[in-house]
Amino acid sequence: MYSEKVMDHFTNPRNVGEIENASGVGTVGNAKCGDIMRMFLQIEDGVITDVKFKTFGCGAAIATSSMATEMVKGKSIEEALKLTNKAVAEALDGLPPVKMHCSLLAEQALKEALEDYFKKNNLPLPDGFTKPDAEHEDIPQEN
Amino acid sequence: MERIYLDNAATTRVRPEVAAEVLPIMTEIYGNASSVHAFGREAKKALEKARGQVAAAIGAKKEEIYFTAGGSEADNWAIKGAAHQLRKKGNHIITTAIEHHAVLHTCQSLEKEGFAVTYLPVDEYGLVTASQVEEAITPETILVSVMMANNEIGTIEPIAEIGAVCKKHKVLFHTDAVQAIGHVPVDVNAMNIDLLSMSGHKFYAPKGVGALYIRTGVRLTNLIDGGAQERMRRAGTENLPAVVGMGKAIELICAEMEESNQRLTAMRDHLIQGILDAIPETRLNGHPTRRLPGNVNISIRYIEGEALLLSLDMAGIAGSSGSACTSGSLDPSHVLLAIGLPHEIAHGSLRLTIGHDNTMEEMDKVLAELPKIVDRLRAMSPLYADRER
Repeated sequence: MYSEKVMDHFTNPRNVGEIENASGVGTVGNAKCGDIMRMFLQIEDGVITDVKFKTFGCGAAIATSSMATEMVKGKSIEEALKLTNKAVAEALDGLPPVKMHCSLLAEQALKEALEDYFKKNNLPLPDGFTKPDAEHEDIPQEN
Repeated sequence: MERIYLDNAATTRVRPEVAAEVLPIMTEIYGNASSVHAFGREAKKALEKARGQVAAAIGAKKEEIYFTAGGSEADNWAIKGAAHQLRKKGNHIITTAIEHHAVLHTCQSLEKEGFAVTYLPVDEYGLVTASQVEEAITPETILVSVMMANNEIGTIEPIAEIGAVCKKHKVLFHTDAVQAIGHVPVDVNAMNIDLLSMSGHKFYAPKGVGALYIRTGVRLTNLIDGGAQERMRRAGTENLPAVVGMGKAIELICAEMEESNQRLTAMRDHLIQGILDAIPETRLNGHPTRRLPGNVNISIRYIEGEALLLSLDMAGIAGSSGSACTSGSLDPSHVLLAIGLPHEIAHGSLRLTIGHDNTMEEMDKVLAELPKIVDRLRAMSPLYADRER
């Protein structure tokens, strides 16, 4: 059901933890639906120098959190803003259709954390800043 | 790596004694039981022997046993067959909120046809009472369907009491005994059961075979039309190898029931107590004593069931969970919600079901692995980090 990469990131997740006094923190999802992601960003001179996460959720939720943190670590804010859920899923060699929602949650957590950073620093939101809608309606039904 | 199978409520390994009886039915006694010739006659003999074995296990007459392709077909046939047969008499069906989907979805399908269905709530242990059933009966009620034991939390329902209420009010009584056979002594007469479903692969017979007990005199519309098999009530050439396997398996498990239940209960209680002692913020789901001897169902707070199952699987331990992520839907198990668990706790449930081949050593291995896995997942969980904030 899961690719080897998903299982690898689930078994050995990268960047698990918290950052004290992080530049930005984003929490998305809810316990009722069975997944919550929290992402912590350390940002210096417009670059994400450190990133950590904590996730309550299934194997795919944990793996996508891990992969997303790996993909933005060391990147500029501009580059990080370009991260899409599809790119995270592709980096994991794909996700089962019912689990694409998890990758959306990872993108959303990152953008929440960036938004938190912009607000804390009284920075304007970049042009075209949008957060994906990770509500559950868009989950394809398994046949 | 040595693997530990603790998903016996999902399916069981065919016992060697059973497989030994199945094999010659495929290679030697391969005739069609409906044929006139010697090949057919010996197949018919094997078929009727199995029917007798199944009947004896539940105190029924041989001619009251009808073979099906499994438990789901038996449930569909009992409920749709009774509803359609009796629709002129009434349109009301009573069942419970914690039935297997083979019953629940069948009832929902009948609702679309205009039948009214009452889904009785259960208490915190998953129990429904005979008085709840009695209060729900109306002049329109044509069928009551209550499972004998729940597949997720193992709670054993008061079937004899409910049967007595149904008899008093002259309402047909169906029970899904798929999980109970071999663990709960069944007597269809003493318990006033009119219709009973069972499934072979839950008690060490092959998959793809089940049976419906239909009390003499009870009429059902047919679910599967065609040839004259099963006294013209269930068409299709009998799956003789599986049927013979089911006959042998039910005879074995019922003969060993007392001894086997003691052994399973000892492992079950060791596992339950061990988990509750070793891992904080866990709770047992289902009734502590009115419980299937092989069923363990525990909620582990702050972690999600699928992640837990994957981790256990990597440690060689096979279990199941009521989390949404394992069901392909968004909601966690309807059974766990019905006993009052909040969604986030239902997502973190673990079901381990013990069977014939398991050992106490295996329980100890689970008790050694599980706390480590839970610690790892909790360390990753924002809910765990937030619990004291």
